[in-house]
Amino acid sequence: MSESNDPMAEIRASFFIECEELLEALQDGLQALDDGDEDPETINIVFRAVHSIKGGAGAFGLEALVRFAHRFETVLDEVRAGRMSPDSDARKIFFQCADHLSDLVRISRDDGALPEEETAGLLSLLGDLLGETSDAAEEEAEEEEIDFQPAALSLDLDLGDDDGDASGLPELPPLDSLPATGCTVFTIEFKPENELFETGNEPFHMLRTLDELGECVVTCHLDDLPDLETLIAEQSYLSWKIRLETEAEEAEIAAAFEFVEGLCALTITKGEDASTEATPNDPSDAADEPEEPSLDQADPSVAAPAVPDSSSLEQVPVEAAAPNASAKPSDPVKSSPTPAKSASQTAKSVVRVDLDRIERLVNLVGELVINQAMLSQSLESSGLSPHSDAMNGLEEFQRLTRDIQDSVMMIRAQPVKSLFQRMSRIVREASAAVGKDVRLHTDGESTEVDKTVIERLADPLTHMIRNAVDHGLENPEDRIAAGKPEQGRVNLSAAHRSGRVVIEVSDDGGGINRPKVLQIAIDKGLVSADASLSDTEIDNLLFLPGFSTASVVSDLSGRGVGMDVVRTSIQALGGRISIASTPGEGTTFSISLPLTLAVLDGMVVQVADETLVLPLNVVIETLTLTNEDVEMVRPGAHVVRVRSGFVPLFDLGKELGYRDPIEDYQGSVVLLIAHEDGSRAALIIDSIQDQRQVVIKGLDDSFYRAPGIAAATILGDGQIALILDTSDIITNAIGTANTQAPTGIPA
Amino acid sequence: MSEKETPTAIELLTFQLADQEYSLDIMSVREIRGWTKTTPLPHAPSYMKGVINLRGTVLPVMDLSERLGLKPQKQTDRNVIIVVNHDDVMTGLLVDAVSDIIALTDDDLQPPPEMQASTAPNVVSALTLIDERMIRVLDLSSIVLSVQSTAA
Repeated sequence: MSESNDPMAEIRASFFIECEELLEALQDGLQALDDGDEDPETINIVFRAVHSIKGGAGAFGLEALVRFAHRFETVLDEVRAGRMSPDSDARKIFFQCADHLSDLVRISRDDGALPEEETAGLLSLLGDLLGETSDAAEEEAEEEEIDFQPAALSLDLDLGDDDGDASGLPELPPLDSLPATGCTVFTIEFKPENELFETGNEPFHMLRTLDELGECVVTCHLDDLPDLETLIAEQSYLSWKIRLETEAEEAEIAAAFEFVEGLCALTITKGEDASTEATPNDPSDAADEPEEPSLDQADPSVAAPAVPDSSSLEQVPVEAAAPNASAKPSDPVKSSPTPAKSASQTAKSVVRVDLDRIERLVNLVGELVINQAMLSQSLESSGLSPHSDAMNGLEEFQRLTRDIQDSVMMIRAQPVKSLFQRMSRIVREASAAVGKDVRLHTDGESTEVDKTVIERLADPLTHMIRNAVDHGLENPEDRIAAGKPEQGRVNLSAAHRSGRVVIEVSDDGGGINRPKVLQIAIDKGLVSADASLSDTEIDNLLFLPGFSTASVVSDLSGRGVGMDVVRTSIQALGGRISIASTPGEGTTFSISLPLTLAVLDGMVVQVADETLVLPLNVVIETLTLTNEDVEMVRPGAHVVRVRSGFVPLFDLGKELGYRDPIEDYQGSVVLLIAHEDGSRAALIIDSIQDQRQVVIKGLDDSFYRAPGIAAATILGDGQIALILDTSDIITNAIGTANTQAPTGIPA
Repeated sequence: MSEKETPTAIELLTFQLADQEYSLDIMSVREIRGWTKTTPLPHAPSYMKGVINLRGTVLPVMDLSERLGLKPQKQTDRNVIIVVNHDDVMTGLLVDAVSDIIALTDDDLQPPPEMQASTAPNVVSALTLIDERMIRVLDLSSIVLSVQSTAA
């Protein structure tokens, strides 16, 4: 991508970005089909996605992609035409093909080695599907040029005016005898809009496609063409009227314009002259315009930046006249002739922005927040009355800053849908690998999360999904024996909950086999043999490094990555992971993540003269200790009594190595911390300073990774304060307490 | 400094550390700033002084004397932080004082003599003589990179 000055490379890049969207639509459509959606529009969407990828790939000479997409498209077309109903096997193949198509797109983008074998395998699978339905499609697949020929039989193309005309179709002869019958005359009105040219389409190709369909007479309308002085080069002025005598069907004609749907005013009418019949859903129809064939004044080079040489158009009587041929200024420049149409077309207006620019904006807003904090601090210390104008203005400034920040963060937010779609592929592959029938249910796909979070969530989530399929769900026989449906179920859901995103992966399998987990942990020396652990503690053993429950290390999950890696990567995102499991009913993993990686609601505290920030959401209570509240369990390990429970007590100053442990607990301030996994702890601090939103600044881990520190922030006075990772601190503290205990006992 | 006609191959920033003179390739130096209070990192090696706010980014600062195995320096007003960039990683090096910028050619640099291995990292890549004073040229990568390996 370094060759960004190459315009072709840019177009290519944008093609691949579009491919991503098309693949997403493809996945969506297939999923809908799989869920029993019978809407013909669904299969149309699927077909169009594959078709568009093929079209783009063809333009860039990505042959492998074209060949595969073409065959895939052919099969989909059979479905679309209603000659084939996709049973579950076919749908499975479709999914595989969609996966493979996305592989091919990716490989083509990265110029990687093509997986020939896999392609061949899937092609033959597709061929089998075709073989059952149509022999003609087989040979058609070899010929890529005659693209739309097999579409002749489809009756339900999705072009808007189809429905209206469909009633006219039954009078057509039976499909198989169609070629024998004579020709039908169609009148096609085609007026490209500016967008058509802007998106690099070329009317000539469409005209040529029509020409291939039959006897074609093309007339170019030049009435809109203004004088040369008033002519705008980028404006589209021309429209065409085509009289087509063809054996082909209307759908086939419409297919020629498929790529420019919405970018032009198009009417296709059967019969000699239908210019007065404007289709209802085409308000800006070109049919209203005076049809006056003025062949000698055609001036394509003015209207269309890339109108072809007419010499290659044998049967099209458009004559490329000299560029200065003055058109009749009967109708001056229509600047935007079709507002209604473009409005319906651009339902979702999206701007693609370079991520770097957003990063920069996010950083600037971060600076703004810090600056605003500095300003408030200096104004407050200047002794101004809190009711003064300056202070009121500051409050407003604070509110605005926060709003700006939220808005900027929203730019970075993306729905988790793309992530979930990747997971459905993982489920398909994983279930095929272990021979289980598994269905993935997703929920909350539109939940938005920071882009970085989504990217970095892919690996851990993949691992968890694989685990759910491989370890979570029982074998089909066991499921039937347990009275469950043979098909296993994996749920993947996302939701916003109190300022965080909660993503859950659950299965309806056998649940965690706790005796087995405990036994393995004991065998591996992870816990002592006489340890008595609660259910939650046993479940959490899964997160220990080097733990694997599968008695047979399967191809799928035995990849040397354990749940400990999953937990580490979740924690690196500022998230937490927890397990809930019911024997015989299944297991649920919950991941709780911050909405953004850039700001945090924090509690600013003072410990040993250092200012530290804790994430506010882990603090559930603050207490002031008396010596009576604190009990010693063993030397070096204390608990604090909170109402009826005991909570382990840690001195934050000591845990961070800032000072020696304090002796006297009287009057100490304690923060009660709770984590998603239900564990609680009490942290001794010196004082609480503030609760405020802080901008997270990453610490450069490559230099030195400080334990217990998640990130840093810049305070109002310009000083850096460290943001604590409380669960890391407590884990470390427990670790050191355990190793220190033996040395402490003899003393 | 004597005027030389020969093209300069290298420019060095010289600075004082525990009464000795050291230098760094000036191309790796981003800026020099006065001492500000650092925020200490928990459980960090003693030469890691902590982090400071460098115009909105978090800059780790190490005491170069301690890093080189010399005596830790006393905090004075003359102490400065040299901000260096190595492989796009910015690091602050705390030194006693910055002295000069000198221009040399490769001919002026001598490789350090082979000595028996000491516990301190071998960070001096060359030696040179300026006005009868020996100046040690530091190899920045070994200062910054070996930290990574010990931390990993």
